[in-house]
Amino acid sequence: MKFVDEFRDRTIAERIIKKIERFDSLKVNLMEVCGTHTMVIFKQGLKGMLPKNVNLLSGPGCPVCVTSQEDIDKAIELARDRRMIITTFGDMVRVPGTNSSLEKEKANGADVRIIYSPSEALRIARENPDKKVVFLAIGFETTSPLIAASVMDAQKEKIDNFFIFSTHKLIPPAMEALSKSKELNIEGFICPGHVSVTIGSDAYRFIAQKYNVPCVIGGFEALDVLQSIYMLLRQIKENRAEVEIEYFRAVHPQGNIIAQQLISEVFEVTDVRWRGLGIIPRSGLRLRKKFYDYDAEREFQPKVKKGKENPDCACGQVLRGVKKPTQCKLYKRICTPENPYGPCMVSSEGTCAAYYKYG
Amino acid sequence: MDPAWSLPKGHVQPITNMVKKFEDDAKRILLAHGSGGKLSHQLIKSFVKKFRNLPLAKLDDSAVLKFKGKLAFTTDSYVVDPIYFPGGDIGKLAVNGTVNDLAMVGARPLYLSASAIIEEGFSLNELEGIVDSMNRAARAAGVKIVAGDTKVVGKGGADKVFINTSGIGLVDSGVDISSKNARLGDKIILSGTIGDHGIAILNAREGFDFRTKVKSDCQPLNGMVSEILKVSKNVHVLRDPTRGGLATSLNEIAKQSGVGIEIEEEKIPVKEEVKAVCEMLGFDPLYIANEGKLVAFVPQKDCAKILNAIKKNKQGKDAQIIGAVVSRHKGRVVVKTSVGGERVLDMLTGEQLPRIC
Amino acid sequence: MCLAIPAKILKIEDNLAQVDMAGVRRQADVRMVNNVRVGEYVLIHAGFAIEKIGEKEAEETLKLLREMA
Repeated sequence: MKFVDEFRDRTIAERIIKKIERFDSLKVNLMEVCGTHTMVIFKQGLKGMLPKNVNLLSGPGCPVCVTSQEDIDKAIELARDRRMIITTFGDMVRVPGTNSSLEKEKANGADVRIIYSPSEALRIARENPDKKVVFLAIGFETTSPLIAASVMDAQKEKIDNFFIFSTHKLIPPAMEALSKSKELNIEGFICPGHVSVTIGSDAYRFIAQKYNVPCVIGGFEALDVLQSIYMLLRQIKENRAEVEIEYFRAVHPQGNIIAQQLISEVFEVTDVRWRGLGIIPRSGLRLRKKFYDYDAEREFQPKVKKGKENPDCACGQVLRGVKKPTQCKLYKRICTPENPYGPCMVSSEGTCAAYYKYG
Repeated sequence: MDPAWSLPKGHVQPITNMVKKFEDDAKRILLAHGSGGKLSHQLIKSFVKKFRNLPLAKLDDSAVLKFKGKLAFTTDSYVVDPIYFPGGDIGKLAVNGTVNDLAMVGARPLYLSASAIIEEGFSLNELEGIVDSMNRAARAAGVKIVAGDTKVVGKGGADKVFINTSGIGLVDSGVDISSKNARLGDKIILSGTIGDHGIAILNAREGFDFRTKVKSDCQPLNGMVSEILKVSKNVHVLRDPTRGGLATSLNEIAKQSGVGIEIEEEKIPVKEEVKAVCEMLGFDPLYIANEGKLVAFVPQKDCAKILNAIKKNKQGKDAQIIGAVVSRHKGRVVVKTSVGGERVLDMLTGEQLPRIC
Repeated sequence: MCLAIPAKILKIEDNLAQVDMAGVRRQADVRMVNNVRVGEYVLIHAGFAIEKIGEKEAEETLKLLREMA
């Protein structure tokens, strides 16, 4: 595949590793913010290729992992209503709520359909006028513009049985929440490439400047990730904290203006709870007033018990790199991949899940 | 592939047309077809006529068969959705699946039983199409369907049709093939591209609107196995990586044989289109089902001639040596990735689900 | 967090394009990319083109990757 295979070349990888090895005097924790980066690192076995002085931590950038228990429970509650067809990305299907999951609800007879694109959810709504079609709108700035586009399409076409349940979140506020903490133990961020396609590199400038943490926006092939690590080490060595773009074949400083406009046309910023991180101000998106008719939460008001997260969950500290999973009271005792508490265990490649499997 | 079911050129999704044609037909399965009365007899007779063989034609309660030697015996149920898919259908799958299970212990498949559970209202034409397909698959694999049964359940009691097949085969003396037999130093041969079946089914089933030419690799492997055994009886393990894909089969072998396995990602043949669908949905082709591929664990000294024998077979032209049994990490499978990294290839918990992240 | 893969534009009609990903074809919504042309590559995420991929920039990236420090 063009733009894919050439970025997985072994000889070039070895060359970049050599460049990285020159910084052997730097002992650093770097965070890949994005879950897709985590997947690439895991799938290509990049951790084992890196020298021991470079430690990679997985960040909060897996949208289902950071969706609060309460929101998962609401989605499950919606699925229990037999008037509904729940449409969702596959990511959400197995995430456990307080005592069920969408997968389990499906087994109980709920109509839960996995789709690839929100436009399929719209099509399902068109084809099933007697049903209420709810799309579980998860994701960060990469995904929210397309959901916005679909909501606008629904309004234009007057499709009145289409609703979204928005748990959209924003990446820079989460990175700020991590950076703000005095106990942060991260020397550099690999910023998410596809979120940055939308928001641009300028969106991270305040992190680099205010918190003095170097940022590199990386692409998603193995070589992109290795090069991003090299670029971060170079910044650290040279005592710089800037936002650099490794993925400049797709990311521009201002981002994608059309995508940004779609988001702000349909959504407004709100405070939301992140699993493991608590409430982060101005870090979520909810529908604007003129789109209230499409808001599943307003329309159906799913009743769930107020979310309470286990105070002993150390995900926040694990994410900040100050605690190892094994130092968490819940790890392995109560919190397991089958019954996860925090985002680091929910994601199969999250730090805690990886420790559980291979540690 | 059987010409009757090959897809007309230029058509990407002829299946829906085929199903539509069937739906137009008024002839449907009734509960009476399963009552044991006249309709049941008619139905069974029409199948017996197709399968045409002596033990079956007697219509006794059991087929009586003569054997001499070591028997292999297996059973499997087929509930694939959709029942027609690019490259095959539930009938072809039900025959080849059981034929392949027999072949994977080195047996020569001889006889099959076939039993169908049919949903009331299912189209008789469609059922006949499936039976014809089973018949063709049985002939192609050189096996006889000598026992059978049908049951009809009320609407909603089953989804269209479920088929169970059991099979019997003979294992030649000197052949000892088992998942427990992998030995240190064994080479691992894979007979062709992986993921074709799973991706073909996914495309036919889900409304993802991907248009591809990927077809299921559903095919019998007993011919290939007999050619392997002709050149060497020194085959330790054979496995057809169906559900759970290559990764699952290798993990099972690593555990059952108590050995470490290392494979090289680069050596594993995957069609470009299969790769592309996997990239899009966040799938790993190593976990995707196949229905006409095998992995063989063979001693190094016989590896070249066995690989040759596989490659001579039409179904094995893409065969590759993908790895070896090693002394490290017992019970685990490790993949050397194309960029030069390593990762542990785990068993999957549940099916892979399409992801956006 | 977000899978997006490169696809080549085959045909465009209004906001909808036919795209090809190594032989796999699909419809994609291209309203978010300005002035996209047939033959160009875009990143597809959940059925939408989210940005063009710069061929020149990709070349340049590969050059940087190959560079010795």
